[in-house]
Amino acid sequence: MTAYLARRLLTGLATLVVASVVVFAVLEILPGDPARLMLGMNATEDAVAALRNELGLNQGIVMRYLAWTGGLLSFDFGRSYTYSVPVIELIRERSAVSLPLALIALALSTAIAIPVGVFSAARRGRPADTVAMGAAQFGVAVPNFWFALLLVYVFAVWLRLVPAGGFPGWGAGLWPALKALILPAVALALPQAAILARVTRSALLDVLGEDFIRTARAKGLPRRTVLWRHALRNAMLPVLTIMGLQFAFLLAGTIIIENVFYLPGLGRLVFQALNQRDLIVVEGVVMLLVATVIVVNLLVDLSYAIVDPRLRHRA
Amino acid sequence: MNPWKSVLAAAALALASCTAASAARTDVVLGVPLEPPHLDPTAGAAAAIDEVLYANVFEGLTRIGSRGEVLPALAESWTVSDDGKTYTFKLHTGVKFHDGTDFDAEDVKFSLDRARAEDSTNAQKTLFAAIDTVEVVDPATVRITLKNPQGSFLYNLGWGDAIIVAPESAETNKETPIGTGPFRFDNWAKGSSITLVKSPDYWGEPAMLEKAEFRIIPDAAAALPALLSGDVQVLPNFQLGDALPQVGSDPRFKVVIGATEGETVLSTNNKKPPFDQLKVRQAIAHALDRKAIIDGASGGLGVPIGSHFSPANAAYIDLTGTYPFDPARSRELLKEAGFEDGIKATLKLPPVGYARDGGQIIASQLRDVGIELEIIPVEWADWLAQVFKEKDYDLSIVSHTEPNDIDIYSRKDYYFNYDNPAFDKVIEELNLTSDEAKRTELYHQAQKILADDAVNGFLFELPKIGIWDAKVEGMWENSPIQANDLTKVRWVD
Repeated sequence: MTAYLARRLLTGLATLVVASVVVFAVLEILPGDPARLMLGMNATEDAVAALRNELGLNQGIVMRYLAWTGGLLSFDFGRSYTYSVPVIELIRERSAVSLPLALIALALSTAIAIPVGVFSAARRGRPADTVAMGAAQFGVAVPNFWFALLLVYVFAVWLRLVPAGGFPGWGAGLWPALKALILPAVALALPQAAILARVTRSALLDVLGEDFIRTARAKGLPRRTVLWRHALRNAMLPVLTIMGLQFAFLLAGTIIIENVFYLPGLGRLVFQALNQRDLIVVEGVVMLLVATVIVVNLLVDLSYAIVDPRLRHRA
Repeated sequence: MNPWKSVLAAAALALASCTAASAARTDVVLGVPLEPPHLDPTAGAAAAIDEVLYANVFEGLTRIGSRGEVLPALAESWTVSDDGKTYTFKLHTGVKFHDGTDFDAEDVKFSLDRARAEDSTNAQKTLFAAIDTVEVVDPATVRITLKNPQGSFLYNLGWGDAIIVAPESAETNKETPIGTGPFRFDNWAKGSSITLVKSPDYWGEPAMLEKAEFRIIPDAAAALPALLSGDVQVLPNFQLGDALPQVGSDPRFKVVIGATEGETVLSTNNKKPPFDQLKVRQAIAHALDRKAIIDGASGGLGVPIGSHFSPANAAYIDLTGTYPFDPARSRELLKEAGFEDGIKATLKLPPVGYARDGGQIIASQLRDVGIELEIIPVEWADWLAQVFKEKDYDLSIVSHTEPNDIDIYSRKDYYFNYDNPAFDKVIEELNLTSDEAKRTELYHQAQKILADDAVNGFLFELPKIGIWDAKVEGMWENSPIQANDLTKVRWVD
């Protein structure tokens, strides 16, 4: 188990190093000068040159890479060109929206998906299964910005229960902040739940066909116990894998939903920074996401070992 | 009193207190599509900076009014020497910055010297190019000497890039702007909103609002429900597209279509063959059907232009008839220029609606006369690098939003690659003239030269589409400079 963990950690670190080279190289070859973008079309050449100097853009690419990675080791992500504040501060502010949003959406989607998946698998081929999977199909197919707008019109414009968008900040109190995150979380959770429900169903069906399930039934365990205790636990591996991937997506891949609800999340930060060629911000966020994905995958792998004792002993 | 009467009286009372409460409303939330990168107007070109801070938090010696006129601001009055080279400004006294420090002539000298310094990162450094010296005569008097007379000097001082800052706070204005205006900066929740509050000890006429919040809403699809739900009460300039008629017919809102200083042009590389030939450029001008372009690229709201000048400006002349829409004449001109087999060229489009939509229409109009355009969509960063800096382009579409910027055509390294000594002479003379009538005459000449030379395809003036609660008054109808002046905004019943 320890050797397994060590091997996984080493792979993770190597991935981080390779990612840092790729991220830096890919972004630095993008055309466009952040200084010119900030000063606009009317600025004189010497004003642009002065700003480039101020931002430290006149150093060579290797020097800048070394300075950047050196900073990363001590959690110094550098200073944003456009905002001129430390990148880590921007990431922290945006994570205060994106992290809770991702967690709520994931919890919501899991809470919907697993019961629906189990329910469908248990009634395979029956009308209830067809209806549930039809609904899931619909959930996958509906574009989430459209669904989000629908939610806004119903709950914000018509019923006026929640704000149409924006985020008041956690300083405004727990309830106002949560209220701002409800609709986006629902909009994000629905398609994820639909996918997860389908995965749960098919994983469960695979397991239900196995010998140990027949044995369990044969020794007289009730159908319900077999389904929830024996089958579901064994079907969790693919479900956990998908959940891990979904979490990484929910953290920063939600730019469309962030736009519809004008939430200051990580997705919009990256998008805006990329457009303004605030590369140091993009690089910082991307590295952070790479690290998150590595950690989440590690946790998923570890959870395999928990749900499946066979893996524990093999390792 | 019978019970019904008392119920009625109570209801009337409740109603009265209701209206009293709404009449007393003193806060407003404005929805804006772009977030400023920082909050210092002297260190960036982003219009979003001025759109939050200009006239509200920061003031200059002069300021630009809602009709584009020059008004006194921190300078109470001024005198100009007979040779037009020495300006003496009398400053308001008793003015304080929001951090409590006093404003005086030293701050003016500091701000102007800083903006024109060698290592200055002011985005509009050319505004200050004519200044020779800035002297402090006494705490309430400043004398500025110019190298040569400049007719637009007082106007230039009214730009957001020329606002007066204090040496104590100049370096931190990007995060916490400290000005002298009727509002002071309160809070910036990055990515979300910027809040201003009324300054209690403003030197001039106090603001009528207690609080103003600029909420950043990047998506037009999100701006509409924000307005309808009442979360946002003012959209100073928002491209709502198809939803505009719906809002327009709702009595709760006012839709105000105004003018901007954004001349939208089909930028043409005047040194790159075949566009270096006048006949080819004239052929393009004849091939452009402005009405169709305006319908497709600005929802029919833009005002057609025939030169690089805003129809809202008093010195504007209508030159849209210089080369009227006439595809047959266009083909003829191409033939005369030796291109009967047609022309192949590229059209690089920045990521803005008017350019991307307008580009499709223009490409089809030009295909009609034999000019085949390959459309290349580019990002802003690419556009600035390739088109603006490297001048690696044939045609492009962009809106030039700086006010009164006809002089860009006389800049030697400008991306149009236009070079006409006769035009340069007019601009030079304009610089030396401060007599209004004479300036108007010179502006007429300048517009005419550009129109005749068909330097660019002159398309339309970008509209300002303002939408706000019908009870809000005092918002600017036009935007002669990029600003959301809230000093006169109030709620009425």
